[in-house]
Amino acid sequence: MKAQSRTLLEVEGLNIRYPTPRGAVEAVRNVSFTLGREKLGIVGESGSGKTQTGRAILRLTETHARVRADKLHFDGIDLLAANEQTMRRIRGRRISMIMQDPKYSLNPVMSVGEQIAEVFRVHSGAPARKARRRAVEMLDSVRIRDPERVYRAYPHEVSGGMGQRIMIAMMMTPNPDIIIADEPTSALDVTVQLQVLALLDDMVSDNGMGLIFISHDLELVASFCDRVVVMYAGQVVEVVDAGALHQARHPYTRGLLNCLPRIGTHGRDLPVLQRRSSWAAGISPRNRHA
Amino acid sequence: MPERAEAESGSGPTPLSALSTVAGSLLTIASTFIGLTAVTFVIGRVMPVDPVLAIVGDRASQDVYDRVFLELGLDRPLYEQYWRYLMQLFRGDFGTSIMTAQPVLQDLIRFFPATLELATLATLVGVLAGVPLGVVAAVRQGRLTDHLVRIFGLFGYSVPIFWLGMVALLIFYGALGWLPGPGRIEVYYDGIVAPVTGFIVIDAAYAGEWEIVRNALSHLVLPVAILSTYALAYIARMTRSFMLDQLRQEYMLTARVKGLSERAVIWRHAFRNVLVQLITIIGLTYASLLEGSVLTETIFAWPGIGQYITHSLFNSDMNAVLGGTIVVGISFVGINMLSDLLYKMVDPRARA
Repeated sequence: MKAQSRTLLEVEGLNIRYPTPRGAVEAVRNVSFTLGREKLGIVGESGSGKTQTGRAILRLTETHARVRADKLHFDGIDLLAANEQTMRRIRGRRISMIMQDPKYSLNPVMSVGEQIAEVFRVHSGAPARKARRRAVEMLDSVRIRDPERVYRAYPHEVSGGMGQRIMIAMMMTPNPDIIIADEPTSALDVTVQLQVLALLDDMVSDNGMGLIFISHDLELVASFCDRVVVMYAGQVVEVVDAGALHQARHPYTRGLLNCLPRIGTHGRDLPVLQRRSSWAAGISPRNRHA
Repeated sequence: MPERAEAESGSGPTPLSALSTVAGSLLTIASTFIGLTAVTFVIGRVMPVDPVLAIVGDRASQDVYDRVFLELGLDRPLYEQYWRYLMQLFRGDFGTSIMTAQPVLQDLIRFFPATLELATLATLVGVLAGVPLGVVAAVRQGRLTDHLVRIFGLFGYSVPIFWLGMVALLIFYGALGWLPGPGRIEVYYDGIVAPVTGFIVIDAAYAGEWEIVRNALSHLVLPVAILSTYALAYIARMTRSFMLDQLRQEYMLTARVKGLSERAVIWRHAFRNVLVQLITIIGLTYASLLEGSVLTETIFAWPGIGQYITHSLFNSDMNAVLGGTIVVGISFVGINMLSDLLYKMVDPRARA
């Protein structure tokens, strides 16, 4: 069933702009990258356009956003030209997304199980009993003890780490080709972060999925992903192999790496991150600090 | 073996917590009831009206006046009078109305169904039309549908009900003659069906008098339309703003990522959250309509509880006023408890 081609997703010249009464805001400018069955990290500071890029792939940017691209192809499907019905079949089933904070991304008045079973029912039209069994299996597969009980629980009754496991279970249910994880561990505390990352890693590797891992944490992305896209002010400034990140050449990437504190080198003042407007050449001035 | 996440301690409803909920609400009812009767009773006694005079009239001799004064127990201290009144209430004795010369309880049984009928139908119309309108307006925010709903909402909420009622009567009864005028039923049908439930439509249907059913229904149209204009406008406005709130939430993005249709996203995901807040609004609307809309009942000569209380008040008929107030209070508390219960059914966070 899975596509045989190496490349799953091709993004070329992606532009996202938001018209506002005081002129258009260019959230994403001319972003290009490709994704195979690999783990691709997108890093950048807040407002660099990484989240918008992820949402544009699912065509779920805000309704007033203007999304253009020379090419936005998934497995031979032109995502920008596809109709809403095609998109609905792609969403969840073939491309999924995990959001930052399960406290907000889970529906507070629906039970956990109902929310997971729903995905299965929508995409395979399975009867309720089968969907239920499958949802419990999924909860078990994300290493939740007592999945039957969690199935009946409501989002406010579970912890953040558990919530994110539930989110992962939900998004993995239809076994998609691509998972977009948008800061999936930023809302969790450090020990739980590692558990959730390990889980995500296993699930992606076991199922041979493509992963887009969006984060502001350069070290995390470098240790977790195969390749890293560095974004700044809505543009891609550099694409490097994760292993070679420390040899990155672009001054912005270097700057990001340099301002990380290191254990054992106390007493050193961390350098202030330099931002040059020339890196975002051609962008109207008001977006540089966007 | 990879580590596993442990579920938080369970929080299902236990029999004990259910029991304490019931006990808690009973306590609420009791204290509300005591407070309500105390306040109305005291107000009734300190008001500058003479209950004796209201009964005997101003041409009675001093002897008669004094006898009635003692019979009513007005020589006793206030707290004793209140206690006696409470004891009476527990026996189901609301006293006798001066105005109708009937036990107040019987009056209430006669008048309250008329209000209940209007309020229930108006709330029903308000919910059935107002909720979808509000949802559609929120989903199409800023577009024509939204503007129309908002204009109607503003109109329904701010236009004086007595004006609307009179204009409606003028047009549909006076000019066009499409609908009957004031009253619950045409005079010549009055008293034909024996009151069983007090709802003429139901009683007539029960008796098989379809002519009367039709007539009673046609009498309902205008007052229900007028009352529901307000309910509908309010409910639509609130639904719209609750919905707009929910549309911004992140779980909506999750629902869309899952590949759900827009209808499922709105009605299954967002609406269930809206419903939580709507329950309170609908409950309050219904309760305030149950108080009896004096204006509507006056314009349409509708023999409801609002009219009953107002008339009693004008005639210093304090037993009737107290009885009416208690009925209104009880229905208020009852509806609040019902919406609390529904709230807990819809919102898992409220069950803790």
